[in-house]
Amino acid sequence: MIQHPTTSSAGGLAAPPPAGTVRLTINGQLHTLEIAPWTTLLDALREYLHLTGTKKGCDHGQCGACTVLVEGKRINSCLTLAVMHEGEEITTIEGLGTQENLHPLQQAFVDHDAFQCGYCTPGQICSAQGLINEGKAHTEAEIRELMSGNLCRCGAYVGILNAVKEVVDKGIKNYELKIKN
Amino acid sequence: MSTTNYIGKAPSRVDGPAKVTGAATYAAEYNVPGLTYGWVVSSPIAKGKITKIHADEVLVLPGVLQVFSHENVPSLAWFDRSYKDQVAPGGSPFRPLHDNEIKFSQQPVALIVAENFELARYAASVLRIEYEAAPHETNLETKRQEGFEPGRGKTGYMPPPPPRGNPDKAWEEAAHRMEAEYVHGTQHHNPMELFATTVEYHANGKITAYDKTQGVYNVQAYLTKIFGLSKDNCRVVNEYMGGGFGSGLRPQYQVFLAVLAALELKRSVRVTLTRQQMFSFGHRPHTLQYLKLATNPDGTLAAVQHHALHETSQFEDYTENVVNWSGMLYQCDNVKLGYQLAKLDVYTPLDMRAPGAATGSIGLEVAMDEMAYAAGLDPLEFRLRNYAEKDQNMNKPFSSKKLRDCYHQGAAKFGWDKRTQEPRSMRDADGKLVGWGIGGGAWDASQMKSAAKATITADGKLLVLSASGENGTGTYTIMTQIAAETLGLPLEAVTFRLGDTDQPEAPLQGGSWTAASVGTAVKNTCEALGEKLLKLAQKMEGSPLKNANFEDVEFVNGQIRLRTDANQAVVLRDVLQASGEAKIEVDGSAMPNMVKQMPYSMHSHNMVFAEVKVDEDLGTVHVTRVLNAVAAGRILNQKTARSQVLGSVVWGISMALMEETVMDHKFGRYMNHNYAEYHVPVNADIHDIDVIFVEEEDDIVNPLGVKGIGEVGMLGVAAAIANAVFHATGKRVRDLPIMIDKLL
Repeated sequence: MIQHPTTSSAGGLAAPPPAGTVRLTINGQLHTLEIAPWTTLLDALREYLHLTGTKKGCDHGQCGACTVLVEGKRINSCLTLAVMHEGEEITTIEGLGTQENLHPLQQAFVDHDAFQCGYCTPGQICSAQGLINEGKAHTEAEIRELMSGNLCRCGAYVGILNAVKEVVDKGIKNYELKIKN
Repeated sequence: MSTTNYIGKAPSRVDGPAKVTGAATYAAEYNVPGLTYGWVVSSPIAKGKITKIHADEVLVLPGVLQVFSHENVPSLAWFDRSYKDQVAPGGSPFRPLHDNEIKFSQQPVALIVAENFELARYAASVLRIEYEAAPHETNLETKRQEGFEPGRGKTGYMPPPPPRGNPDKAWEEAAHRMEAEYVHGTQHHNPMELFATTVEYHANGKITAYDKTQGVYNVQAYLTKIFGLSKDNCRVVNEYMGGGFGSGLRPQYQVFLAVLAALELKRSVRVTLTRQQMFSFGHRPHTLQYLKLATNPDGTLAAVQHHALHETSQFEDYTENVVNWSGMLYQCDNVKLGYQLAKLDVYTPLDMRAPGAATGSIGLEVAMDEMAYAAGLDPLEFRLRNYAEKDQNMNKPFSSKKLRDCYHQGAAKFGWDKRTQEPRSMRDADGKLVGWGIGGGAWDASQMKSAAKATITADGKLLVLSASGENGTGTYTIMTQIAAETLGLPLEAVTFRLGDTDQPEAPLQGGSWTAASVGTAVKNTCEALGEKLLKLAQKMEGSPLKNANFEDVEFVNGQIRLRTDANQAVVLRDVLQASGEAKIEVDGSAMPNMVKQMPYSMHSHNMVFAEVKVDEDLGTVHVTRVLNAVAAGRILNQKTARSQVLGSVVWGISMALMEETVMDHKFGRYMNHNYAEYHVPVNADIHDIDVIFVEEEDDIVNPLGVKGIGEVGMLGVAAAIANAVFHATGKRVRDLPIMIDKLL
């Protein structure tokens, strides 16, 4: 007999943690949420704030689709809890530009057709902004390497490289981003 | 000069801004009030029975609403036919939560629904289920002698043609011969977006299912048959799909579970699968191929034999066209093709990008390379000597075939003439071994029945609807181009919407037939609207078009004008104003012209040139250069079509060097069912990729002359890389993916 999964005896389940107040500053706007502490930043964005531009592709930090900028640095929002980011500046794809007023990276992604289905795209763009913030991407090889945490199953890597390179070459750095430090 | 000609140009995606800003809404992203969350519990065993589900233990948790399982599923449709979808193969479709029987590892055994996502996940993690395991078989190697020939069953499947000539004798007596077995493992589509369904339960009992699917009508038919819903009460929507590659051709079990829960609980429900669970359904089957080729002294093919055996489930006979291509790609009078399936305790395989052809082209195109070497010929020269001028399987001429142009243009741009034939004869400046290889294939140019609706409003804006899909192929964009060009409107004045069963029916978004099928329907519908507009224009006072027939006018730059005299024109917006109508609407459709098409074999073709560099000390292979020359009829959008081919090349690189779902036969379970261990290329793996679209006119395939581009680009890529690896190293790896250990 196989039991699935192995756990405590019947009736002895640990009670789920109660919800508490979490204050998040996202794209310059303060949000107050009543969520349980085990809520990931990614789920807080998608399921509680309906900021669904940040994507879930694996929930395990393996694909990069959930990349957001926290204090200007790129992180996988699926690997961190929302409650850990009170008081920090969080930037999601919705904070970079709008359809009517695209961020230079967003415009470059459109121009270079740096995506097909679009699902990994917000994560790619946040990642690109992150590496620009880090001042690391100077050569094609560096961009390829530093963008390799973001999978694109459609295989739009050639376009992604060209889009990021164009923005890097133009010297566009912290576009409308308030980076601390 | 016309400024409203868009077909064949390279406009950026019209849905680009929505995608790059996060505004594009995918199945799990519809903000529905009062939403509950379902979490799927998957079986840890591959075969056996569920003996007990301790649902009571988790139902006491506040906020857990229900545990759905075979124990409490209501009475649903009884017959298999209700569960069959448009592309179901022969057999008995899997029914989620139907009974206590386990047929494959990770089979969904329960759905926990809770008030929030985290709670559903927690409850699923602690739900105790007891199983009685039974012996399973998941290893295709053990089934070599148990292959069987499948029946027709699935749409699009063609059994191999009967043998022609005397392939056994021809092989025995030929000047040069080769025979070899080629293998690739199971592969999973793994689109970036997780399979998900958000079911909105409306107060009147109707539901709207926002579902990840490549066919909203397919899913609607499936749901209405199983749950006894009327079509009016069951709307299915998919406006954006985060990658499909075939995985969304059949309704997946999360849509069944989400709808079941919504109807039972009378609540809105969202069910999202995990990445691990994305390995619990269809896949490209583990396939064994055996090829025997032989040549005459002049380098022409004397015999072609190609046999394939692949896995299927115990309950359905999945089929794809693996070997048929070998009877049509090259001229040969002695051909024998065979195709068999073997049943394993796994889920039914499912069409995955260029199903059958991607597999078959690995066998044939690596074998062709081996044959070329055996015959002492350059691989490209060998193909030229065996160029097929007609389709010998069907004994029909091709509607068009510019493959020779692919060979020549590709070779010239790649620099093929600088290749030295001998393996291990080329090195780069760093001393790395360099290999150049080629491979190609063919894909069907098909057209399916399709419908559309076009509405133009008094402000001159055009809305076109057809329930097709957008999974990255560029459907929104090319349909907008076609509609805008047909009615001479600026792109900005045209909106194309898709993916909703409230719209006219379109076929499943797959098979590379969307551009031909939906494109022709959009063209026809816009032309029908144009005829109406012309009639209205003729009613205007002093209309210069009074005596014109529809054939005499053209729609350009927002005007209807005489083809013979561009000055004799009426502004479209004036026509609409004068008509007094708020909007003018037309329904239209398109069907393939069978009479015109019947005498022909209709295919797209390609030839791939690949360069690899191999570090002999480490066994690492880098694909430094790929050129894909494609003949696919008319290219509607140079930008999106190029992206399709670039993506196909990445898929081919993946197939050649990385991708494989590895089974642990002891547990009958895939070991690497996650994105970290199921390897697909990352940005750093991809180097120069170039695409050539050779000019190919074809007025047989459809009025647009398009053949489709989604699959053909992938053909021969993996073979070209495998052949390049041989050229670089002298090692012939016949078992994909080519990992380091196979080269050291």
